[in-house]
Parts: sequence; C-alpha cells; structure tokens
Amino acid sequence: MKRFAVALLFFAALIGLWELAVRSGRWSSVLLPSPIFVAEYIWFALLDGTLVESTWVTLKRLLVGYFAGVLIGLPLGLLTSTSQFLEDTLGALALGFQTLPSVCWVPLALVWFGQTEGAMLFVVIMGTVWSVIIATDHGARNIPPIYARAARTMGSEGFHKWTRVILPASLPFLVSGMKQGWAFAWRSLMAAEIYVTILTGFGLGHLLHYGRELNAMEQVIGIMIVIVVIGLLVDRLLFSPWERFLHRRWGTNVKET
Amino acid sequence: MEAPATLSSEARPAKIEIEGVSKWFTPKRNIVQALDNVSLSVADGEFVCLLGPSGCGKSTLLDIIAGLTKPDQGRVLADGKAIEGPGRERLVMFQESALFPWLDAFGNVMFGLKLRPDLTGKERRRIANEYLELVGLGKFKHAHVHELSGGMKQRVALARALAPDPHVLLMDEPFAALDAMTRDQLYDDIQRIWMESRKTIVFVTHNVREAVCLGDRIVLMTPSPGRISQIFDIPLPRPRDINSPELAAYSSKIAAALKGTANGAAFE
Repeated sequence: MKRFAVALLFFAALIGLWELAVRSGRWSSVLLPSPIFVAEYIWFALLDGTLVESTWVTLKRLLVGYFAGVLIGLPLGLLTSTSQFLEDTLGALALGFQTLPSVCWVPLALVWFGQTEGAMLFVVIMGTVWSVIIATDHGARNIPPIYARAARTMGSEGFHKWTRVILPASLPFLVSGMKQGWAFAWRSLMAAEIYVTILTGFGLGHLLHYGRELNAMEQVIGIMIVIVVIGLLVDRLLFSPWERFLHRRWGTNVKET
Repeated sequence: MEAPATLSSEARPAKIEIEGVSKWFTPKRNIVQALDNVSLSVADGEFVCLLGPSGCGKSTLLDIIAGLTKPDQGRVLADGKAIEGPGRERLVMFQESALFPWLDAFGNVMFGLKLRPDLTGKERRRIANEYLELVGLGKFKHAHVHELSGGMKQRVALARALAPDPHVLLMDEPFAALDAMTRDQLYDDIQRIWMESRKTIVFVTHNVREAVCLGDRIVLMTPSPGRISQIFDIPLPRPRDINSPELAAYSSKIAAALKGTANGAAFE
C-alpha cells in the first residue's frame, strides 16, 4: 500500500511539472498540450467508443499474434536445444532475425499480404517467435543435467520427460523469454499500425498516426499514455502470477513487481 | 536375532553381478581409462560401500549399475538379467540435491510414484506420506525445496528414491555436502531404514568412517585406471555408532590401505 502511494505521488508530481511547463508559456500549446486537454481527449474518446474499439482491435491482433508466436517458438526452441545441428542452423537463424528490428518486416508483410489483418499478424509473429525460440533454447540448455538424470532413473522418458521435467525446469528462462517476446510483439504491432492502414480495423497505432496528421497533440500523447497503461496491465495480469510462482518455488529473486 | 552383517555374502543370492566391466573416457584427445576389468558381486539385501579417492571410477561404476552409462566392455546383471538402461528397480540418490524445485517435498516424492502405473492415486498419496514420515519430514510435506536445509533436502531425496519401492538403492556420496552433525543423524536413519526395508544398497563415498559405519562390505578402489584393490568385511553389529572405538579401529586399518592406493602403491 505504501509502495502504491509512493508511485501515485510520483506520477502526480510528474503531471504537475508537465502542467507547470505548459503554463510557463515557453512552448506552444499546440506542440505541448496541457495534461488537462490530454485527459479531456481520453475521456471523450472513451465516451464515444473510439478508444475502446481501437484498444480491442489492437489487443486482438496482439494476443492472437503473440500466442501464435509462442506456440510456434516454444516447440522450435525445445527442438534446437536437443541437437548441435539444429542449434547451428535454426538457432543461428533465430538469433539473426531477433536482432532485426521487427518494423523491418512491415514492407515485406505489405507486399505479401496486402493491407490485411494477415499482414498485422505476420509482423507480430515475426516480432515474437525468434526471441521465444532463443529463450526456450537457452532455458532447456541451462537445466542442471542432474534433473534429467534423476528423472531418467525414475523412468521418465520421452513426452513425460519434456512436459514434466524439461519444461518446468526451464520455467525461469521461459517466463523471461515470454516477457521479452511480449515486449517485441507490442513494439512491432505499434510500428505496423502506424505504417499501415487497414480497413478491417482501426487500432491504437492508427489513432496515434491520425493524431499527428491532424496535428492533435493531445490525441498523440493521450494514445501514448493508453499504450503505456495497457503494457503495464498486461505485464501485471499475464506475467506477475508466473513470476510470483517462480519466486515462491525457486526462492530466487525473480523480479517481483 | 542374528545380526545381518554376520551373514557371509556367499550365502545369499547375487542381486547385482558386475562382470569384467571396463570404461574409457576421451576428454580432449587423451584417453582415460575410468574402469579396468572390474568384477563384483553384490548379494540381495547387502550394504556395499565403494570407497576410493576421486578418479577411481566409483561414481562411474554406480552410473553403470544405474543404467545411466553403458560399459565399453563387460556387463552388469541385475537379478540375472543384463542391464539395458535405467529402471525403477534401481533408483539413485545423488550427491547434490537433485530435487525438482518446481515441486514441493510431497510432489517430489510423488514424481517416481506417478510413473508406476500399477498404483492408484490414493495408494500413491498414502505411500508418499508414509515415506515422508519415515524420513521424519511429515510436517514438511508442502515445503518448497529452497526452504529446506541441506540435510532435509537429502531426506526428501531419500524418500523419493525409496517410495517407488526399488530393489536396489544406489547412493552417490549423498551426504558429502552436509555438516558433520547432520550426517551423524542421517547415518542412524539410513541404518534404521535399511534394517527395516532390507534393500540392497550400493553406496559410493570417499569417507572411510562413513563407509565403515554403513557397509557390510567395503570395496576399496584405486585410480588410473579404476580397479578394485581390496575388499573388507565389516562384521560389526548394528546399529553402528560412527564415533565408537571398534569402528575407529577398522577405519584406521582401511585408511592406511587407502593411503597406499592414493600413493599409487600396489595392493595385492
């Protein structure tokens, strides 16, 4: 509770400074709108439904793309951890593509899929899958060999070994990999939405883009705030339970947020 | 009641038969012979300690009995059948904690039990509770692994290895990382459990007193290449106290022999 109060105070002070900066008149209010205008924009966008609808469109793309990326990346990562050959080939490919900023996939996605939802999903999956592969591979390789030996003597083999030993044993690495994958997915989707207009859905990135076109800085800043808040919320809802589980079971100092 | 240690090993049927086992390792170009033509017979219900300095191949031999490693020459029989791979009739208790941190104490003991299709869920839970009680951790069944002390971890590991009811228990320096007081307590426990369950135990150690305290027989091994140099019978009555003078007399005799092997002196 005390931590919450401290955080609240910090953000209130930040907004206060921002308002002071606006009132100093040093910057044009067109370029730096008052936080009151930004709050007003968010409020009306909430009331007329544009914000809710865009958030829904964006989240749907994000979740579908992210989970597809995880579902593809997890088994591939386990696979690359099993053999030197796959590590040197598929693993090297994953490492290479992970260093590629995911916005670089946008031109290709547009040519291949056109202005469709498919293009969006493609970019999100490309942003997610490589870091998930690398994290899973890393996790599976870093399991103390004694776990596998102990499991083998007790008769754990094949599918049982993978699901009951290798996967849970690499959980600390997996969760940080999933988190990283999530951050990449979020970034790549925003990049794609800002670049590409898709008629089937108007996401947060588009609102941001049109805010700039309309020179409505309160919209740009308002949407940025919404994006930050969604990122924080998802981190809390999706990853915190896992991190608490790790903290409780492993007793390690996994970052508790 | 006749003390089991006074029974000669020839009187009982062989549980494990090691026949001319050799094993080579090839780390970085040079070849190291870990085991050279090792033969040993372990009787049913016997407590055998493999004793020797590091590099004498005692852990490798244990791995081969467990089925985790294959010998390059020779073979190992369990109940007259050649060992093809790991099996739950021969469970291993490892030196460092091999407990699974994602499971609690109870979950760890259940792990091996869940791999026995002949048991019902209810039986598995009953057995797991029973073995946690046996090692004195009934109150800690839902403790996480990181919350347990080193001694408690090894007790859980012991319960986990015993619960699926293996015929043979293989122990690879299970108490090496524990403090002396905890170890002394565990020597009492392991003797009590062994006398009740009559399992065949092969126990690897480099600690002479530990070997004398626990073993019916002590198999002394020499390094490079790993060979059996001498076998000692320990006819002391049980339960044995590791601090007793009788035990000390045996220890110093074996320690002298061990010193000879460590210096590379021949021992025949």
